Amino acid sequence: MSTVAFTIISIFTLAAALAAATLQKLMHAALSFAVMFVGISAFFFLLGAEFVGLVQIFVYIGAVAVLIVFTILLTRDDVGKLRGFNWGGVFVAIAVFAGLIWAILKTKSLSVAPSQIEPVTVQRIGELLMSNYVWPLQCVGVLLTAALIGALILVMEDKSS
Amino acid sequence: MTLSILLVVSAALFCIGLLAALSRRHAIFILIGIEMMLAAANINFIAFWRFAPQPAQPTGVMVAIFAIAIAAAEAAVGLAMVIVVYRHFRTTNVDQLDRLKG
Repeated sequence: MSTVAFTIISIFTLAAALAAATLQKLMHAALSFAVMFVGISAFFFLLGAEFVGLVQIFVYIGAVAVLIVFTILLTRDDVGKLRGFNWGGVFVAIAVFAGLIWAILKTKSLSVAPSQIEPVTVQRIGELLMSNYVWPLQCVGVLLTAALIGALILVMEDKSS
Repeated sequence: MTLSILLVVSAALFCIGLLAALSRRHAIFILIGIEMMLAAANINFIAFWRFAPQPAQPTGVMVAIFAIAIAAAEAAVGLAMVIVVYRHFRTTNVDQLDRLKG
């Protein structure tokens, strides 16, 4: 875990996030959103959670970013009228950031070095998912099924009217 | 690289997400902001797991995987709602969706 890599990844991720939050063109914002998730999975790789990083790339860049791009294309409309920016949100975000920084810097026990851990293999994750975490796994399966069926029903054309 | 600097980065990411969710008028930007905040929470899970003294189980990794699954479900339903709102009102500007206003 080198400091140089951490600094580069932090700047890259935060710049992409800021671009995704502030760019005027929706399509550019969606692409910066995908770039930001590359940075976030680089964080996960750096922290030794390779599987989570891969899942993040598959789910977010492979699925969610494509979904967002499709939604932008399907709802392309009054882009020019949406240029407004609510400055109250900026103040709220800065206030929340200041509060979080204050809390982090006040906490003394956070300045620890990373502990030596054995790498988490995919086999270990699979075994845990099938033993200790089998109920959460089933619940997430039910939730995903319900959410996807719900999304389909929501966007289905109403033929009767 | 200590835990606190990692938490500062994740707090910054969370606040950028909050900024996008609160200050943009387009519904898709609000969803993008919510996804950013969830990703910042995931970074916190992994960071606290990584810096904890030798855990018996990779709890942070498991929580992060479940959080990613739930965030994906949320994104699917949210984008479906954006499409439905656009079909009904011909706009995705959340400031114009004020029919329930008293």
